[in-house]
Amino acid sequence: MTEPILSLCGVNKSFGPVHVLKDVNLDVHPGQVTALVGDNGAGKSTLIKCIAGIYTPDHGEFKFNGENVTITGPRDATALGIEIVYQDLALCDNLDIVHNMFLGREIKRGPILDESAMESLARKTLDSLSVRTVKSIRQTVASLSGGQRQTVAIAKAVLWNSKVVILDEPTAALGVAQTEQVLNLVRRLADNGLGVILISHNMNDVFEVADNIAALYLGTMAAQVAKNEVIPRQVIELITTGASAGVEKAGVN
Amino acid sequence: MSTTATPIEVNEPSLKNSLQDYWAKVKSGDIGSLPAVLGLIVLCGIFGVMSEFFFSNRNFANLLTQASPVIVIAMGLVFVLLLGEIDLSAGYASGVCGAVLVLLVTNHGFAWYTALPISIVCGAALGLLMGSLVSRVGIPSFVVTLSAFLAFQGILLLLAGEGGTIPIADKTILAVENSNLTPIQGWLMYLIISIAYVLSGLNRINSRRRAGLKAELLNLWILKTTSLLAITGAAVYALNQERGNPPLISTRGIPVVVPIILAILLAGTFLLGNTAFGRHLYAVGGNAEAARRAGINVKRVRTIAFVICSSLAAVAGMLFASRMNSISPSTGGSSTLLYAVGAAVIGGVSLFGGKGKMRDAILGGLVVAVIDNGMGLLGYGAGIQFMVTGAVLLVSASIDAISRRGASSN
Repeated sequence: MTEPILSLCGVNKSFGPVHVLKDVNLDVHPGQVTALVGDNGAGKSTLIKCIAGIYTPDHGEFKFNGENVTITGPRDATALGIEIVYQDLALCDNLDIVHNMFLGREIKRGPILDESAMESLARKTLDSLSVRTVKSIRQTVASLSGGQRQTVAIAKAVLWNSKVVILDEPTAALGVAQTEQVLNLVRRLADNGLGVILISHNMNDVFEVADNIAALYLGTMAAQVAKNEVIPRQVIELITTGASAGVEKAGVN
Repeated sequence: MSTTATPIEVNEPSLKNSLQDYWAKVKSGDIGSLPAVLGLIVLCGIFGVMSEFFFSNRNFANLLTQASPVIVIAMGLVFVLLLGEIDLSAGYASGVCGAVLVLLVTNHGFAWYTALPISIVCGAALGLLMGSLVSRVGIPSFVVTLSAFLAFQGILLLLAGEGGTIPIADKTILAVENSNLTPIQGWLMYLIISIAYVLSGLNRINSRRRAGLKAELLNLWILKTTSLLAITGAAVYALNQERGNPPLISTRGIPVVVPIILAILLAGTFLLGNTAFGRHLYAVGGNAEAARRAGINVKRVRTIAFVICSSLAAVAGMLFASRMNSISPSTGGSSTLLYAVGAAVIGGVSLFGGKGKMRDAILGGLVVAVIDNGMGLLGYGAGIQFMVTGAVLLVSASIDAISRRGASSN
């Protein structure tokens, strides 16, 4: 197996008296989809917010490409190449696809926006993801379907040579066909060599697209296992009870 | 693994496709200034038929100078409205800044070129105060600017002295609303702007083609550009005709205020369309949370929008002073602000934020002015005028709301 691109070791995070993350370990490998599962309140959101730099963990080790790093803000995470696609997508309806993809990071020539360069790059990115469902990349996001919006949000995340992309429940609000589209896209991200963290409640999605599964239970990492070593029932047991017969407990240092 | 992806846009640009694209845009709620243009044509038609004086050269020039202060305030309001905020104080802000200008020139002997920048800085300071209260303290802009509306009215009363008016005699300031360019200057200006417009349009199409992107259809662009140049050329021609009373007084040429408005239009359009600040303004108006997560300094963008709005109100204050030869406690009061907001909305700026252009303020301002002017010529009183303007505003706001609903139900 390849070296992990991102490796967390013994991450702890408390909010006042509430100990949300307890010695969490997580490995993300390039070219693989790591599904992060867990019940509501298990700490999934807190964990990804620590990775994205929105929260700073109390203690714990972050290794990126084998080197120790500290992430103290969203900018640090972005600089490393970690991008997060939020569940509510954070797109501006009144702007077109290109504007949204470059929002806050516009390409400029002097003080002037370089529309041609941005449009070319946006199209190249969408092409590399084999996105063919949008008619024009100059249409406003308001006119897109849910799946297309998800596609734009994901394309925005991979635009910047990112190494790790975190997807927060990307299929939660989608229909069957669009879910399929987005899952294919998630698979393609990994095939393009990115490390992908997929948060999902849906076991079908997880088993369709993930390479390995990390289950959080009440703030501890119950297990991180390869997909082909477990069956859905075992994962559900990990989520609900934190342990399952036949699954090794995640390495406690 | 990159498959041989087909490009996203496969349809070749043609006149039919371009029309289809435009119709799709209209249907999806992006109607822009179409209602204002149609309204302007209809209103001009009605008033032209009913009053023979309406289409006279003198009335045309009069219309432009009449409309100019409201148009300038409306252009400033565009920035605030794009955020989904409102500035109710812009009318009295123009009064206060106009009073500062007039006081400096008349009572303290300042030259116009020092007094005018000072009054604009005053406007910017008022905008900075309101913008900071809205963005940093988090008070709704409606409340902040409503308080400012009252407070500025008070400041204006104090500056003018109870019931008093302050006259201004500075030739340059008075020339803005009362003098005209010579016909030669007018044509020269037209020529320079036309050439610049054509060159920039060609350059845009060319650079997109070179980058291998879908460019605007050349034929369509030629059609649009020539018709725009023909209409503006006809306007320049009409304004250059004699409209005075020769041989006693000869009056001809483009009013001086027109190039000023054009300059603001160009600067504002550039700022909104071609700079990162403009893009961020639209983004904050569309989805402030998304803008914040994209790393945009939302508070700064909000504050700057209010600063621009009040600064342009100060310019409008200068126009008021020039038009009335004085500043009074009612300058910028009564219906000024409501007309300006109405102008922006009629022109196609959305009150919900995120949608609108600088030129919308001019188109809407002309609609408001045409109603005012035409109804006046037909002898209707202020009562009917207000009612008609109100009805037109209501229609535009409904078009905005309905088109938004159309867009979201897709």
